[in-house]
This record gives sequence, structure tokens and C-alpha cells, in this order.
Amino acid sequence: MNAKVSLENMSVHFGGNHAVKSVNLDFPANSVTAIIGPSGCGKSTLLRSINRMHDLVPTARVSGRITLDGKDIYGAGVDPVSIRRTIGMVFQKPNPFPAMSIHDNVVAGYKLNNTLKRSEADEIVESSLRRVALWDEVKDRLKSSAMDLSGGQQQRLCIARTIAVQPEVILMDEPCSALDPIATLKIEELVEELKEQYTVIIVTHNMQQAARVSDSTAFMYMGEMVESGPTKKIFTNPEMKQTEDYITGRFG
Amino acid sequence: MKSLTFRHLTNGVVTLLMVLATLAVLTPLGLIFLHILKMGLSSISLDFFTQIPKPTGESGGGMANGLFGSGLLILMASIIGLPVGVLGAVYLTEFGSGKLATAIRFSADVLAGVPSIITGMVAYSLIVVPMKGFSALAGAVALSLIMIPIVLRTTEEQLKMVPGTLREASLALGVPLWRTSLKVMLVSAAKGVVTGILLSIARVAGETAPLLFTALGNQFWSKKLTEPIAALPLQIFNFAIAPYEDWHKLAWAGALVLVCIMFALNLGARMMGKTQRLN
Repeated sequence: MNAKVSLENMSVHFGGNHAVKSVNLDFPANSVTAIIGPSGCGKSTLLRSINRMHDLVPTARVSGRITLDGKDIYGAGVDPVSIRRTIGMVFQKPNPFPAMSIHDNVVAGYKLNNTLKRSEADEIVESSLRRVALWDEVKDRLKSSAMDLSGGQQQRLCIARTIAVQPEVILMDEPCSALDPIATLKIEELVEELKEQYTVIIVTHNMQQAARVSDSTAFMYMGEMVESGPTKKIFTNPEMKQTEDYITGRFG
Repeated sequence: MKSLTFRHLTNGVVTLLMVLATLAVLTPLGLIFLHILKMGLSSISLDFFTQIPKPTGESGGGMANGLFGSGLLILMASIIGLPVGVLGAVYLTEFGSGKLATAIRFSADVLAGVPSIITGMVAYSLIVVPMKGFSALAGAVALSLIMIPIVLRTTEEQLKMVPGTLREASLALGVPLWRTSLKVMLVSAAKGVVTGILLSIARVAGETAPLLFTALGNQFWSKKLTEPIAALPLQIFNFAIAPYEDWHKLAWAGALVLVCIMFALNLGARMMGKTQRLN
């Protein structure tokens, strides 16, 4: 399998704090890679450097290389905005735009950039909502506020909003941590389907979730990449003692 | 352990003190309004809103030119001041950091505390002197200088209340930061921003001092921006110190109308603030 996204000797500093330490990792195309590890181990920080979300934090510094299809996304002359169009992101807490309707939330990426063609809007809305299995639940109230939806529905709406702009990679930062088990199940099923078309990188606290949805798993601890490999191997026969301790619940 | 009676007594005394303090705040407002109502109501008529002041000696007349002038001054001041205040606040919250932002915040706070007569003098030396004449434009500039810091700081406070997750959501969709700031952050804070704008308008609507040597006032209709223009507070001031009983009545009527406009603006701002819903 070829790598869609690659980290080469990648480090993230926040001022004097070395949050992610010289990580090397490949994310294969059309597969789900889970990043697991205890709180504060740097997994969200790592994820956010892949779509340059740290650009807004003045003290943050990313070093090493992150490549998308072999091209350095931090290279000279690369526009972070175009990177974010290719690499979408779903956040921990569902964050639909409160001032927009369900319909407008789905096409928000186009609307905010003034690139929405009226004739295409309805089609994008329907196909995106169908992809996240939300269409049947909301098709009669597309004009109502996105805030009227349940937490799980809001999160699926956020995923619909992300895929509506046709990214190639989807980053998910603990997308189920604010959701109940049934809503979580729906998102997990969705992740399974998404990998047919996208490269999915998911950060999760929940080891069972990583085991259920991912093809490969990477375990991080204290900013370092301890071990990565096929999910089955990491969970049944890890090479490192630390990984084994973590997945068997001895710490974390 | 103190006895129950003692605690009941303390409770009663403190509650009474708080009621008295509340009354002390409300009484002056009530007295002012009732007095203005008593003195002004009898002089309010259709003429007040449609006629300009009559020459000395003739009875009747109104303050239509003052109402129009005040409206025009506020409109122009808003056109000059609101974009500066609102966009300045967007800059401070979204782009500004470090010394420049601190300097802007500090100057806005100082500007907000500058006595309004000084603001009038600034507009006088900036506009009236070079243009060799009092003008509506100079009045509008003076008022806008008062509006800018109010709008800037209230807008900044409102923008800070918008959750940062919305900014991230928009950026992650490939929307540039400047579009995100205007179309996500500012739109989400819109109601609070409008509240701040209404309060700033309420504030300048009653300003007299900065207009004294800028807009100057005018007994007649004036629609030119380069000429002196009438304004309600100025007219009240001039009529109240004049030696004619008729003019005094008109001044009371003007005061009543001005106070009612203030009430309406403040109520509007309040209602806007209440319906604000942010996730």
C-alpha cells in the first residue's frame, strides 16, 4: 500500500515544550489509521499539524516533513488554505455553525468561500447527507437550525460538511467522545464506509474503538511514537512492553 | 451559634438596605422623566415634528430641523465610525497580538474617557479650521470619535465570546482566516455587536458639547454637509438659555423627545442582548 500522508522525523514544539518528538509514520491511502495513547501524549497535536491548524498558534513550531502524495505541506509557497481543502477535519465536540440551517451547514465550505452554485447546492446537500446516513432524519427540516439536532446528528452533520468539499484525507479528533454509545456506533459504521473513498486518520481515547474501526494503529506515549502497525498485531501481539501495558489497561 | 431571631433580624435589615439602595438609583431617573414629561408634554404637537423654529416674537414652531439634523449627524457618524470600530475589533481578536494590539486597546480606553468637549475641539482643529467653516461633516467626525472606542470594545467582548471551535470548523473547511473572521465569527456575534452599536448611538444622540464648535446649530433647514446644521441637543441648549418663554417650552418638548429616543434605543439594545443565543 502506498502512503497518502507521511510524517518524516516530525516534531512539534510549543515554545519550550516539545509536544511531539521526531515521529515517523505512514498513513496508507483508503484505510483507517487510529492514533491511540493516554491524555496529553501528543496525539491531537500530531493530528492538527497534518492540516496546519497550528499555524494560528504563534508559539507553535512544526519541524521535519509532512508530505501529502509526496509533497511537503509545510514547503515554501504552499497555501495552508488549499491544504485544509484537501485535508478535512472533524472535531471532538460537534461544532455546526449555530447561525446556519442544516442545509447551509452542509454547504458551508462553499458558502463561506462564495463558491456555491445554486443549481448544485441541493444535490451536494442530499448526497452528503446520504453519505452520513442523516438524509432520512432531516430531509423534512433542512431549513431549521442545526442546533435543533441531537449531539450524534450534529456530529454526522459535521462529517457531511467535511466531505461536501471533497477532501482526500479526513482527520478525526476523538469524534465520539461527546456522544452516547448508539451515536458512537453510527459514527463508527460511517468511518468504515468513508475509507472506501478517503484516507481516514482518527485519534481516539477509546481502545476498543481503535480496534473496531482501524486497519492500522499507532501508539503514542509522552510525545513519542512507541509502536505502529496493523491493528490486529498491535492489539494481539505488540512488540513493545509499553504498548502491551497500555492496551491491557495497566496504565492510561 | 447566633440565635435564629438575630439572623432573621440581620436578614431584614440588609434586605431593607438593598431596597433603599435600589430606590436611590431609580428615584433620580423617575424624577427626571416625570419632570420632563410634565413640562414638555403640553408643548408636543404635530408642529414640533414638522415645523422649524419661528423667528423671535412669533409663537409656535418646532424642531423638525433639529430632529433631521441629529438623524443625519448620527447616520454620518455611523458611516465613519462603525466600520472602524467593528473591523478594528475583528483585527484585535483575530489577528492582533503583542504590542500593537495592546496599544490599540489602551488608546481606545483612553479615547473613551476623553471629555466630549475635547473631542469637539479635535474635530474643530481637524475639519472646521482647514475648511474655514462650521459644518455637519465636522460634527459627524466628532461624534464618530466618540462612537469608535465604544463600538470597538463592545464588539471585541462579543467576538471573544464566540467559541473558538467555530473558527476551527471554518478553517478546516478551507476557508481563509479573513473570511472566517467576517462570515463566521462576526456573524455569530452579530446580535451582541448590534447591541453595542445601539448603545453607542444612544450615547452620541444626546451629546451637545462636541457639536458646539463643529456642527454649530442652525435656525433653518440645512441639508448640506459643508454647512452648519441643527441638532436636537444643541437646539435644546440654545432654546433653554434664551430669554423667551415660548422657546423654553420648545426646549422642554425637545428634551422629552430626546429622552424618549434614549429609552427606545436602550430598550432595543436590551432586547437584542436578551435574545442572543450562542452555542
